[in-house]
Amino acid sequence: MSSPSEPAASGARPAGVIHDLGYRPYGGPRLSAGQVAWSFFLTGLRNTYGLGRSGRSKVLPMAMLGLILLPALILVGVLVQARQALDLDSQIVSYSTYPITTQLLISIFVASQAPALISRDLRFRTITLYLARPMRRPVYVLVRLASLTAATFLLVVAPLLLMYAGGVLADLPLGRETGRFLGGVVGAVLLAALLSGLSALVAALTVRRGMAVAAVIVVLLVSYTVVVAIQGIAWTTGNDRVGEVAGLFSPYTLVNGVQHFLFDVTSATRTPPEGTGMGLLYVAVVLLTVLGAIGALVARYRSVQP
Amino acid sequence: MIETVGLTKQYPSVTALDHLDVTVGDGVTGLVGANGAGKSTLIKILLGLVPASGGTARVLGHDVATEGPTIRGLVGYMPEHDCLPADASASDLVVHMGQMSGLPYSAARERAADVLRHVGLAEERYRPMGGYSTGMKQRAKLAQALVHDPRLVLLDEPTNGLDPSSRDDMLALVRKVGHEFGIAVLVTSHLLGELERVSDHVVVLDGGRLLQSSATTDFLHATGSLIVEVMGKPDAERLLGQALVEAGLTARPAGRALIEVEVRDETTPDVVRDLTVDLGLGLVRMQERHHRIEDVFREGGAGSVQPV
Repeated sequence: MSSPSEPAASGARPAGVIHDLGYRPYGGPRLSAGQVAWSFFLTGLRNTYGLGRSGRSKVLPMAMLGLILLPALILVGVLVQARQALDLDSQIVSYSTYPITTQLLISIFVASQAPALISRDLRFRTITLYLARPMRRPVYVLVRLASLTAATFLLVVAPLLLMYAGGVLADLPLGRETGRFLGGVVGAVLLAALLSGLSALVAALTVRRGMAVAAVIVVLLVSYTVVVAIQGIAWTTGNDRVGEVAGLFSPYTLVNGVQHFLFDVTSATRTPPEGTGMGLLYVAVVLLTVLGAIGALVARYRSVQP
Repeated sequence: MIETVGLTKQYPSVTALDHLDVTVGDGVTGLVGANGAGKSTLIKILLGLVPASGGTARVLGHDVATEGPTIRGLVGYMPEHDCLPADASASDLVVHMGQMSGLPYSAARERAADVLRHVGLAEERYRPMGGYSTGMKQRAKLAQALVHDPRLVLLDEPTNGLDPSSRDDMLALVRKVGHEFGIAVLVTSHLLGELERVSDHVVVLDGGRLLQSSATTDFLHATGSLIVEVMGKPDAERLLGQALVEAGLTARPAGRALIEVEVRDETTPDVVRDLTVDLGLGLVRMQERHHRIEDVFREGGAGSVQPV
């Protein structure tokens, strides 16, 4: 019995046969170190949202993006439709308060994606394949961190952008709105840098992925809950200074405090930093934490065996 | 391709490489040694990933100490250990690694498809690598080492963990890379017989020192003695041995029913034949004895290498 794949007519050249072309060397252009780093950054950024990975890994980041946009969409709807009726002359929730309101979603996103990006290479030892290529070790670390920071920034800034568009549609004063939005963008940059730095560090120290997810969640959620509780107690008992110091210990309250200090926005916490000294301390803590996380990451990767 | 002079690597507790002078040329070069002989350390130094404690090494004319990135752009590396992410497909990984070696995206895709075909990964290249067999994983690891069209590939134990038939396939592939693709290959193994079959040149390391470096054919030269196998009587080899010694030849037992006879001149085989007939024994075979690579170890005193 002849199989269907056999050529019908003998003598005729069979169609559908793959001819072995032999090995072909590559003589085309090669990318510079900078272009390679850029392509690595883009791949990392895409991977953070599950693009270029399995279908299952798209679910969580995309769900977080959808969920974080949902309240903003409703707020914009209300603002545009009922501005006259409710006599609104500004955003219902300010740009600086929105991230702190949705901190749970942001924390879950960072906690799930930092290990996906950072721990994965260490656990499977794929890092060896990167180290055996021209990119230098610190560049690898910085680009990985940049991908995570950019992804987190997009998550934080997307609802703010939606709110800004809504504000412009609702004829809020354009200059004032733009100023506040840009303040919100600065806050988003700081928050993304802080969250990514901290979670990348935790993920790099915790090679097992499940452990890393849990560790980042604990660090971000527990610190936030404790800080808010202490601030509440401090405010009720009149010890505002204690609350202000406590605010340094969660990325969310820290960034909100910096925005309050720099742009004089309404604080989302009970005890925002008062006075220039405390405000500068908030700014200094943000910068030192980010730089410290980068330094610790580079040091951590120095000890990775190829 | 590779040249090391006095290369030394000293770890706090152990000397991994001890004043190593090695030259590696085109084609396939086998790097043999027991586990811990310094093979992997040498490869990591050649890639510029681990600094040497002393001596110099040049790869493709570049100094490993100062031009690591340049070397890593021209060289492909297949690590010994597992390094494949379980959730990515071989196709995605090889494309990505091509880009990381400086190929533009479209070229990386084309090259990845090419090399995956060469290493023999067909439809399974689109499946997550977590479900691959060891043989498929080794092929994927080889593909990522070849994707950027390197001039030299360093393959660390490519046959590790493979069953005999997959090992043959992998060795055939290594040979193809060295001889048909025109890419120089440095391949390590702790199994001697493997490298005998695929390499043009063999470098033998023992305890971080160079034991021998020469063409594979030199290892396999005739030793000037005959192996004779006889049968017919319970102590056939002893009887023949005695007769040979009485005839003035040097002979010694070489195992069950085997005798090794030194060749004195061209009449020696005839003497062996005649004596066998005189004793009423059956001559099963008589052949020239060739060296095998493991003899180098036996002579060099290294005992921990497993012959195949």
